[in-house]
Amino acid sequence: MTTWAKPRTKKENRIRVKRGPLEKKEARAGLLFVLPWLIGAAVFLAYPLGMSLWYSLNNIRLTSEGMKFTFLAQGNFTQILLSDPDFLPELVDYLLSTVISVPVIVVFAMMIALMLNEKIRGKGFFRLVFFLPVIIVSGPILASLTEQNASTISVIDSQAVTAAISAFLPSIIAAPISELFSNMVTILWYSGVPILIFLSALQKIDRSQYEAAYVDGASGWEMFWKITLPSLKPMILLNCVYTIVFVSSNDQNKLIGLIKSAMFSGTSEKGYGYASAMAWIYSLVVLLLVGLFALIFTARKDRYEREAKKLDRRAKAERRQVLKIQRRQARHAKKYHHAPVR
Amino acid sequence: MQRSITTPPSAEAERGAGRTRRLTKERVKKLLLGTRDRNGIIKLVVVYGLLICIGFIYLYPILYMISASFMTLDDLLDSSIRWIPSGLNLSNYRQAGTSMVYWNSLLQSVMIAGLPTLGTLASCALTGYGLARYRFRGRGGIIALIILTFVLPSQITMIPTYTMYSNLGILNSLWAFVVPSLVAQGLNAPIFILIFWQFFRNVPPALVEAAKIDGAGHFKAFFSIALPTAGPAFITVALFSFVWYWNEFYLTQLFVHGVLVESSLTTLIIQLQNFATNYSSYAQTAASGATNLNESIKMAGTLIAVLPLLILYFVLQRHFVESIDRTGITGE
Repeated sequence: MTTWAKPRTKKENRIRVKRGPLEKKEARAGLLFVLPWLIGAAVFLAYPLGMSLWYSLNNIRLTSEGMKFTFLAQGNFTQILLSDPDFLPELVDYLLSTVISVPVIVVFAMMIALMLNEKIRGKGFFRLVFFLPVIIVSGPILASLTEQNASTISVIDSQAVTAAISAFLPSIIAAPISELFSNMVTILWYSGVPILIFLSALQKIDRSQYEAAYVDGASGWEMFWKITLPSLKPMILLNCVYTIVFVSSNDQNKLIGLIKSAMFSGTSEKGYGYASAMAWIYSLVVLLLVGLFALIFTARKDRYEREAKKLDRRAKAERRQVLKIQRRQARHAKKYHHAPVR
Repeated sequence: MQRSITTPPSAEAERGAGRTRRLTKERVKKLLLGTRDRNGIIKLVVVYGLLICIGFIYLYPILYMISASFMTLDDLLDSSIRWIPSGLNLSNYRQAGTSMVYWNSLLQSVMIAGLPTLGTLASCALTGYGLARYRFRGRGGIIALIILTFVLPSQITMIPTYTMYSNLGILNSLWAFVVPSLVAQGLNAPIFILIFWQFFRNVPPALVEAAKIDGAGHFKAFFSIALPTAGPAFITVALFSFVWYWNEFYLTQLFVHGVLVESSLTTLIIQLQNFATNYSSYAQTAASGATNLNESIKMAGTLIAVLPLLILYFVLQRHFVESIDRTGITGE
């Protein structure tokens, strides 16, 4: 009877060796290096995170003896979501404008990076100009520029665009889009770091891939879709995440302003607890948004890996079939007191 | 060419002319669409055109800022003057500068951005090295946590941190920024840890091994082998950390400047945010020829608030661009 060599599974391949004293020493040294971060994470991350959850379930009043807690359970959250006049509309506004502006920023950054990667003259000068936003983007400066209408280009007639958009789309979707057009410069300015990231990724693509594609007769267009874009895919996700985080923590964001003003409002129902609850809702929304983009852009498995997996599955099925036949033979032999048929 | 003149038969000449015409057609096509080694004119025109147009959009606010900041009130009202002011008028800068207490704010800005940057450099380099060089249980978990903290908005931990600082008595002081940066929890610290991690992963382990055989301990190996090779990573992290601390308004106002009770610490960005109120109080008290707040003065204030960073950028721009390539911020 043919014996089927059982392919080794991953678990069996990994040989377990007990860690020796040297390895333990190494591990301890490694922990020593990471110790600052561990302490920091405990003090400035884990503790505040837990406290903030506790705060959000309480109403906190500042008295001369310190903070006075009154347990409310979900009270703060229901109040924010049901009766706060500002929070929910701002949240919806934030969500829509982020979902629309993040792809715009990332696509735009990719375009600029692709152009800067071409063989052109004055590359240094153009780089200088396009990395400028990395330096200058900051809430108050953007606010002061927006105030003086320096953030819209009068050449682009945003009024006409807005009118055209609102004629075709319902106002909920049209409003963020027209806002996008009227703040075009500000939005473009967010793309400083994404351009940097894309550009350095572009420079790391192996030139020989293009050579090979050229020999096979690929056009530039095909090379872009088959080589450049797949190599940039992880960077697209990175840039989406970066842009979301950046937009969310920017001072221009009205939501975080709302959280701060709730924190220091003197009214009895607001205060630290209420602001913490707001921060929790806001953070969960941001995390969801990041998760959504991650879901869209996570690199799918390699083609070869997929093929290998398929073959693996087929081999497994065959093995099962063989086992089944063997079992049936054994049963048969037992039943009729025969020696198993070879 | 010469041959076609010397050979009289007409058929030959026609064929020759045809060849040259065909050749020129091909050449024009090549010139327009480009060959493998050279870009075609069409592509170049599109690329340059787009780059210049978009570059102008990028520069527009800065050009606008510069032009408006030199204008007098008459220039602002004069509709014939759009870009070039009638004269070099520096009084806007003088007034904006005095109302912002410029030199004092500048010095404090440098301090508030610089000291936490030093802390961030030290702590993030250590953490990144530890994660890159050693394997220990929970290492993957720590890296995952670091990435998670990058995504987590700072607002969620802000309020308890605020009360904690006020209990410790470091609220409204420089320590509120320096202490977290010393334990790798400064502004955007996760990014910097990941940069160092990426960088130290690429330091050949053989180097460190060799140092170890020569009798260097863990810290000796770190200081004498890993650190000297990490110049680009340090420059990148220092630049970005400095710029981001400099531009941070929200947290600076909350932790260092103070919201309800204001401390004496201030930055240029905070001064810019409160420009209108500061200016009106300055104009009232000084009463020495201070004009009412207008657009030009505001633009002058904005410009001098970003000017230090602009200078830093122009001086160090080569490092900005190159360091990104060398540190592998993008991951491998």
